[in-house]
Amino acid sequence: MTIEVSDDLRTELMEINFGPHHPSTHGIFRFIATLDGEVVVDIEPYIGYLHRGIEKLAENKKYMTGFPLYDRLDYIASLTYELCFCLALEKLMEIEVPERAQFIRVILVELQRISTHLIFYATTGLEAGAYTPFLYAFREREAILRLLEMATGARMTTNYFRIGGVKWDLPEGFEKELRKLLSKFPSRLEEYDQLLTGNEIFCQRMKNIGILGPEIAINIGVSGPTLRGSGVRFDLRKAEPYSGYDRFDFDIPYGLKGDAYDRYLVRLQEMRQCLRIISQAIDGLPGGDFRARVPKVIKPPAGEVYMRTEGTRGELGFYIISDGSANPYKVKIRAPSFVNIMALKPMVVGHTVPDLILIFGSIDIVMGEIDR
Amino acid sequence: MSLLQTILVIIIELAAALGFIMVTALILIYMLRKVMGHMQARLGPIRVGPHGVLQTVADALKLFGKEDIIPAAADKWTFRIAPAIVFTASLATFSFIPFAPNIVAVNVDISLFFLLAISSLAVLGIVMAGWGSNNKYALLGGLRGVAQMISYEIPLVLSTLGVVMMTGSLNLIDIVEKQKTMYNIVPQFLGFAIFIVAALAKINRTPFDLPEAESELVAGYNTEYSGMRWAFFFLAEFVNIFIISALGTIVFLGGWNGFLISLPPWAWFMIKSYVLIFFVMWVWSTFPRFRADQLMDVGWKILLPLALLNIALTGLVILLREGRIF
Repeated sequence: MTIEVSDDLRTELMEINFGPHHPSTHGIFRFIATLDGEVVVDIEPYIGYLHRGIEKLAENKKYMTGFPLYDRLDYIASLTYELCFCLALEKLMEIEVPERAQFIRVILVELQRISTHLIFYATTGLEAGAYTPFLYAFREREAILRLLEMATGARMTTNYFRIGGVKWDLPEGFEKELRKLLSKFPSRLEEYDQLLTGNEIFCQRMKNIGILGPEIAINIGVSGPTLRGSGVRFDLRKAEPYSGYDRFDFDIPYGLKGDAYDRYLVRLQEMRQCLRIISQAIDGLPGGDFRARVPKVIKPPAGEVYMRTEGTRGELGFYIISDGSANPYKVKIRAPSFVNIMALKPMVVGHTVPDLILIFGSIDIVMGEIDR
Repeated sequence: MSLLQTILVIIIELAAALGFIMVTALILIYMLRKVMGHMQARLGPIRVGPHGVLQTVADALKLFGKEDIIPAAADKWTFRIAPAIVFTASLATFSFIPFAPNIVAVNVDISLFFLLAISSLAVLGIVMAGWGSNNKYALLGGLRGVAQMISYEIPLVLSTLGVVMMTGSLNLIDIVEKQKTMYNIVPQFLGFAIFIVAALAKINRTPFDLPEAESELVAGYNTEYSGMRWAFFFLAEFVNIFIISALGTIVFLGGWNGFLISLPPWAWFMIKSYVLIFFVMWVWSTFPRFRADQLMDVGWKILLPLALLNIALTGLVILLREGRIF
């Protein structure tokens, strides 16, 4: 018996649209995936849904009034942007920042690094199909946000750092609350590990997917935990210490294989390192001024400056051109997520849709800084 | 009894059954929210009624008032029938479940077989929903549903075969009566383990909730559904959780046979069923989700050989006991 196969019988590639309002696009990101069955053969990201023209708006703002704008870039780690902007201007104007202000900055930025990594942990859990880690992580994030509110007056859009220091000194009782958090956080991290890290299903899902080799990662310009997950030990806090990071003792966690699981582990380890930095900083918090004496209207000398810091997602840079007036002539922001997302395509091709979501999540982007 | 009376009795019975099912579903939804809430360091519903007991009722009322949207490009009839098929399949299985020696709607000799067979019809509705919606997410969800169903129906049926061999009957009441002295979970522990895993996959629950994987497929096969049509899928899901737990109770946990304290048979049955339901919810709020190919691996490479091994072992033990070999 022969089976007749019609010539019309064929399979087609399917194009499927993810986003801009898909549950796991972390904001309003859109990509069109071409699928062969459930295997991704091509992927095309589309960005710009959150574009607000912040770089252009910054030109019309005085240096001091630009902070609320930069808060809205990476809206869950606003202080990292404020810090980088301050450092850039301080470099240009050669301002000496008081020790106390430097320490306060480090403490708050590292707190925010923990809170962003907590969001990463939470969303990774969600994308893998586990709902519980999300709520556990947000419980701790809430404690951190409360601390930030105590210090800065706001939970998210902080507007706290100032050129030459910080807006005001740390409030009374902050140190006590911070120490309380520091003492209970390690046990919470263990809880996270129990919930997700060692879970057999989670390991099966995360291991060996989205492998990003160190060469490709460097060529694309990937930075931050995503780069370190690929085994490159590059952290600007160590490589080009700023704001007194050279005074603290901490390690750079890095992955070996460069898969999604390594990137996950790097972020979880980084939280532990953040705790080390914070406890050293709060122990050695010096007295003195919280702000250097700077003119009321900031008018940096004509010239240009590029300052880069280790943001929570990678190399975060401000390139500022000053023409000597009170407004910047040009502000260019190097957003880590914008570069990191370029690594999506080489990582996902050949994987299935569920992996695509996990790999995409493991880059840990935030749309505010991609679209700017 | 006249024809009219017979019809009246049937209608009353149907209404009672439907009422029971609805109430069960409402209780389960509330229970899930509370259990999951407390496991996730939150409270669950708290506003509507004392401790939020009326939350599900409020939600049901809301769903009644929702607009019934059928996408313009949908295959209209397939789209309309799909939720009915899914719900009917769950509803029909209810009639075979013996809650107590004398509380069973339909008692046939092969009720175990019937129950498993009819509950499998639900997947037809899932495919129809996936296909009829004319939505790519729904289609992927529907197809995953079929793949999953094929992989897990077989280990599920095979896992109960050991019990059937020991009992010598496919009747659920006989199976329970045989467990007067010892529950089947003791000699058939392997079968019970396979049953639980396969059952979780059959009712599309974590870690096997692929057909409606929220993070990937938005809502899977029911993406395009709204209002009461969606509610039927939702209800069917919870009814299925109850049915599979009830089946587990009957086949492995001794049904209405009590121990230590004496309670009415149906109470024992309910307690055991709800323990299993709690277990399902516990797993639900703990585990991440499998990937489709890993799910197939577990089904075909682990569960199926284990189920066959279980049958072979059971057979061997039965033969040894009866002294027919050696």
